[in-house]
Amino acid sequence: MELSEQIKNMIYEMKEQFLSDEALLIPLLRAIQEEKGYISFNTMKDAALFLNLPLKRVREVATFYTMFNKTPVGKVHLQICSNISCWLRGADHLVHCAEKRLGIKLGETTFDKHFTLSSVECLAACGTAPVMQVNSSELTIHEEYYEELTESKLIELIDKWAKKLNELNELKQREK
Amino acid sequence: MGEEVKRVKRIKAEGKVVMDYSILTKFIYEKDSHTIDFYREKSSGYKALSKVLTMNPETIIDEVKKSNLRGRGGAGFPTGIKWSLRSKDNRPKYLVCNGDEGEPGTFKDRLLLSRLPHNLIEGMIIAAYALSTHIGYVYLRGEFAKEYRVLEAAIKEAYAARFLGKDILGSSFSFDLYLYRGAGAYICGEETGLLNSLEGKSGRPRIKPPYPAQFGVFGMPTCVNNVETFAVVPWIIREGAEAFANIGTEKSGGSRLFSVSGHITHPGVYELPLTVTLRELIDKCGGVRDGKKLKAVIPGGASSAILTHQEIDVAMDFDSLVKAGTMAGSGAVIVLDETVCIVEAASIILKFFEHESCGQCSQCREGSHWLARIFHRIERGEGTTSDLNLIPEICSNMAGQTICAFADAVTGPALSAIKKFKKEFEEHVFLKGCPFKINNGPNPNGEKELSNVF
Ligand SMILES: Cc1cc2nc3c(=O)[nH]c(=O)nc-3n(C[C@H](O)[C@H](O)[C@H](O)COP(=O)(O)O)c2cc1C
Ligand code: SF4
Ligand code: FES
Repeated sequence: MELSEQIKNMIYEMKEQFLSDEALLIPLLRAIQEEKGYISFNTMKDAALFLNLPLKRVREVATFYTMFNKTPVGKVHLQICSNISCWLRGADHLVHCAEKRLGIKLGETTFDKHFTLSSVECLAACGTAPVMQVNSSELTIHEEYYEELTESKLIELIDKWAKKLNELNELKQREK
Repeated sequence: MGEEVKRVKRIKAEGKVVMDYSILTKFIYEKDSHTIDFYREKSSGYKALSKVLTMNPETIIDEVKKSNLRGRGGAGFPTGIKWSLRSKDNRPKYLVCNGDEGEPGTFKDRLLLSRLPHNLIEGMIIAAYALSTHIGYVYLRGEFAKEYRVLEAAIKEAYAARFLGKDILGSSFSFDLYLYRGAGAYICGEETGLLNSLEGKSGRPRIKPPYPAQFGVFGMPTCVNNVETFAVVPWIIREGAEAFANIGTEKSGGSRLFSVSGHITHPGVYELPLTVTLRELIDKCGGVRDGKKLKAVIPGGASSAILTHQEIDVAMDFDSLVKAGTMAGSGAVIVLDETVCIVEAASIILKFFEHESCGQCSQCREGSHWLARIFHRIERGEGTTSDLNLIPEICSNMAGQTICAFADAVTGPALSAIKKFKKEFEEHVFLKGCPFKINNGPNPNGEKELSNVF
């Protein structure tokens, strides 16, 4: 059993909210992803065991929802909205800029596994388009929105996070 | 510059939304508007709740009926009627708030959740009392993290003040409110998809009937309403149904939050009476950005049919927009200026629908896939004349044939784009490319120059 005590306790506490324990599956998968960054096949097994559900059900749900990463993503996951209002305000240009800065294409992860660049659908922030959502367990950024994004703001953010990740890496090296 | 535009500019500069008929937006940008103290002191918060707890549930439902409030989530169903259809047996009943806000162009629920969570909570408690419900959920889309934290704190405050929990304000009525977070799927905004998601399943819509009022979450009677719908209820109870009805048209009461985005000078959330016309609304938002000319408007979110710049003298209430061949939807107004290629814009919307179709009806799964491919093909200059005929044909196989209204929603933008901008599609086919790109970027005179091609 790989699930952390913290996750288990959180799920136990939620039990009284629902008529059926099945409803705990999505909160559980969310918690796993928040902790580990993605949901591996093995953690799906743990989740199935924990909630007493068929593994198939867990896999089905994990693949249905787009926010669940089934494979590891970079330490910083950049998700640029590519839907209509953001597109009207230059989202595709931002994607190009990010691609160039990171040296990868949309949907890819950098060689050092620091950044993944994705495009996502409307984030309900179209009035402050273009918008990017960022996730990073490493830098404790949870579903943070960056709005009214410009090319220079985007590059600044990427450089800032790259620097932070490098510093963290160095720190880890030294601790070893 | 008109006085109104100047005023809008000033308010915008101060970082506030326009307040014309401010049922919801009066205090929305004030510091601490999300706290219970602010809500109680400044906007008579929870006064409606105290009033309601002495009333007969039937009377409350009648008030809501009289107010002509129509659901703000998309379909515009009369809220009072929905509530009166509640199941009267003694199974446990559930109340669910639809906070999945996923319709491209819509961002008003996010504003309400982060700035006025107590309006929503009070509205839900009132609805729960009227419907004899003791458990409620707010289903938030998975991406809303800040909104989740704000709402979580607000619910704690409401429990501490005894507005939630056992024996609310000393009455014998109890109501518990929980938060549930989705994980990224547009189709979970459809109410039965949402209920499946709430049960921990994939968010695929259910076949109706049975309707949620009889067979909802966990198989129990359930009432689902949008965030904004719940949030205006306290005002209706406090100020009276008539006052609310008076602001709107004969059949739809009140003001509504419009999410205005795209090529508009001042994007944002605007609260306006339903009698406002699309032209007035665009003017109030400062007109088209950078002094450009208007080309088209998507008046009710990505699912609604596109209107051309000549069709904007239409009132923004539910019925007028249906008459104009489109729909009010979620109140999301997306403005497109003359530099936009309609084929490309429609292609982006259709790509979205292809991605979000839940796939259980073949007409929808295949139809949205093919539409997205055909639009993309035409945009890239690889389309043929027969493609142009294929589009309406595919659409006619989709509309009204499926489990949920998603398939109909797909045909809205697809059909209106090809019907109203046929020439632009033909140009793509004949030029074997996008005229807006061939001319090296957006060309405001593109239309004129290109007509010489024929
Ligand atoms: C494809 C689709 C997506 C929808 N998305 C939403 C949504 O994001 N938010 C919402 O409140 N309603 C959405 N709806 C409408 C809901 O099904 C439902 O009608 C609404 O939540 C009822 O609340 P109301 O009566 O207060 O509007 C959607 C409907 C469809 C068919
Ligand atoms: S119409 Fe489309 S989205 Fe709706 S249930 Fe059928 S396949 Fe799913
Ligand atoms: S279109 Fe990008 S946030 Fe809505």
